Amino acid sequence: MDHERGDRRFPPTSHTLIEAITSPHGEERSRALDLLVTAYWRPVYTYLRLRWHLEPADAEDLTQEFFASLMEKEMFAGYDPKRARFRTYLRVCLDGFASNRHKAANRLKRGGGVSILSLDFVDAEGDLQTLEVADVSDPEAQFRLTWIRSLLAESVKQLEGEFKEKGKDRSFEVFERYDLSDLSTGDHPTYAELGQALGLPATQVNNYLAAARRRFRSIVLDRLRAVCVSDAEFQAEARDLFGRADL
Amino acid sequence: MRPISETVVGRLREVVTFPDLAGTKYELLGSLGRGGMGTVYRARDRELDREVALKVLHGPLVEISARERMLREARVLASLEHPGVVPVHDVGTTADGRLFYAMKLVRGSALHQAIEGKSLNELLQLFLRICEPVAFAHARGIIHRDLKPMNIMLGPFGEVLVMDWGIAKLLAIEEGTTCPGTQPPQGSPHQADQTSPGTILGTPGYMSPEQARGDQTQIDARTDIYSLGAVLQFLVSGSELSRYYTPRISGICRKAMAPDPAHRYATVSDLMTDVIRLLEGLPIAAYPERLTRRAERVLRKYRLPIGLVMAYVITRALIALLGRT
Repeated sequence: MDHERGDRRFPPTSHTLIEAITSPHGEERSRALDLLVTAYWRPVYTYLRLRWHLEPADAEDLTQEFFASLMEKEMFAGYDPKRARFRTYLRVCLDGFASNRHKAANRLKRGGGVSILSLDFVDAEGDLQTLEVADVSDPEAQFRLTWIRSLLAESVKQLEGEFKEKGKDRSFEVFERYDLSDLSTGDHPTYAELGQALGLPATQVNNYLAAARRRFRSIVLDRLRAVCVSDAEFQAEARDLFGRADL
Repeated sequence: MRPISETVVGRLREVVTFPDLAGTKYELLGSLGRGGMGTVYRARDRELDREVALKVLHGPLVEISARERMLREARVLASLEHPGVVPVHDVGTTADGRLFYAMKLVRGSALHQAIEGKSLNELLQLFLRICEPVAFAHARGIIHRDLKPMNIMLGPFGEVLVMDWGIAKLLAIEEGTTCPGTQPPQGSPHQADQTSPGTILGTPGYMSPEQARGDQTQIDARTDIYSLGAVLQFLVSGSELSRYYTPRISGICRKAMAPDPAHRYATVSDLMTDVIRLLEGLPIAAYPERLTRRAERVLRKYRLPIGLVMAYVITRALIALLGRT
């Protein structure tokens, strides 16, 4: 599985995520797991580094092993959507998994270097170094923040890939300059100023930006929907993330 | 993968909710607040090169009634050309099908954040400024129905603006409404209010009993007078200002907030008259005083001139008496 390509993903259509993951149909199962890994590998890695204080190499191994175990074991059999969100359940599973591995590490020397998934840990480690670390005393909040960041970053990557493939580079460039610039110390440029810098009229800047935002929103919501186990959970997550569910 | 900072994460979370303004003359700058019907954004009008507030209806999947209500709100605002009502510049639909209207961007603070340190006189003058646009709206057959400190803005140059006319009621011509202090809108383009009986609109604490009951037939100018009474009460009794809550002010609040609309002031003008008389130290309708109490108040108010006159009279009397002896 290659998770670093500018890939297009679609949620399992007729099943919930859990049904798709436990499906007897290989293709459907593989696609659901692919979605799960894409959405969660960074939060899992970051969580292991920050919460479990693992060295980068150990966190890499354990991330790989954790997702491998998800594929092998019937980890989701005990999941009850009424009791917790899927994200919370996954984090609790990760805690259990990390704890068991920690105990086992005292008895056996772990194999190490397990590499099942193609994950860019160097990149994730780079992210971690620049991360304004949230309060690690609240593991759920910390896991959630990393997950949100990962969801948005993956969506940006997908948008960039799609727009470049379709020759909409200018549209992405406008989005990049306007919405992806860190303007914590200043204000946004006007569309006229941005247009001047890019050699575009302000109306074109407006339309390019609107097109990129429209697609970005659609990608984010598709990705969010894909990793929620029910419509109710999607609504709750959307409300948490964006302050509203009527998107 | 491209690293994104916390600021950009925050920005992207906002971007997902942004309306699609392709094809419009507006540039979205950020959100200002979210209400029951729509979200208000700070935006730049590219053609006129000025900032405006853009109220955009929540997602395109809202009920038709919400769209109608917001359009009605825009028209109500547009019809109320008064310095105390925020002017509407434009109405339109976004590329993703959401109704929006552009209005003046009000910079300032809500009433509840801006009364600290004001004297009683300043507070009462402020209250009169709040009453003015409400009285103006009533004269146009429009009842605000949600007057409260949060919906009143104070600008940096002393402007007082009554905001959020989203649940305003338009008194219908065909109803032949003759409620005190109101006139049916003459040649108004508005439709009569369509609020269903039993619907409760307003804010607890500032909502009249008839609103709380959802009794739409009872809603008239006196409904707003109740809320104005509650606003006055808030102004003079909020936080450390409770020393201002004198029997006469309390009398005005009680009359404005009488449970039975028939016992309230009939018009906002009547309420304003009482407040003006209070400011001038004159008798008020809401608090009839006994002669002795009134004399005491007059004596207290005109202590110096009365004292001088009395001193003069006594001196003259003494001189006359001494002259005779």
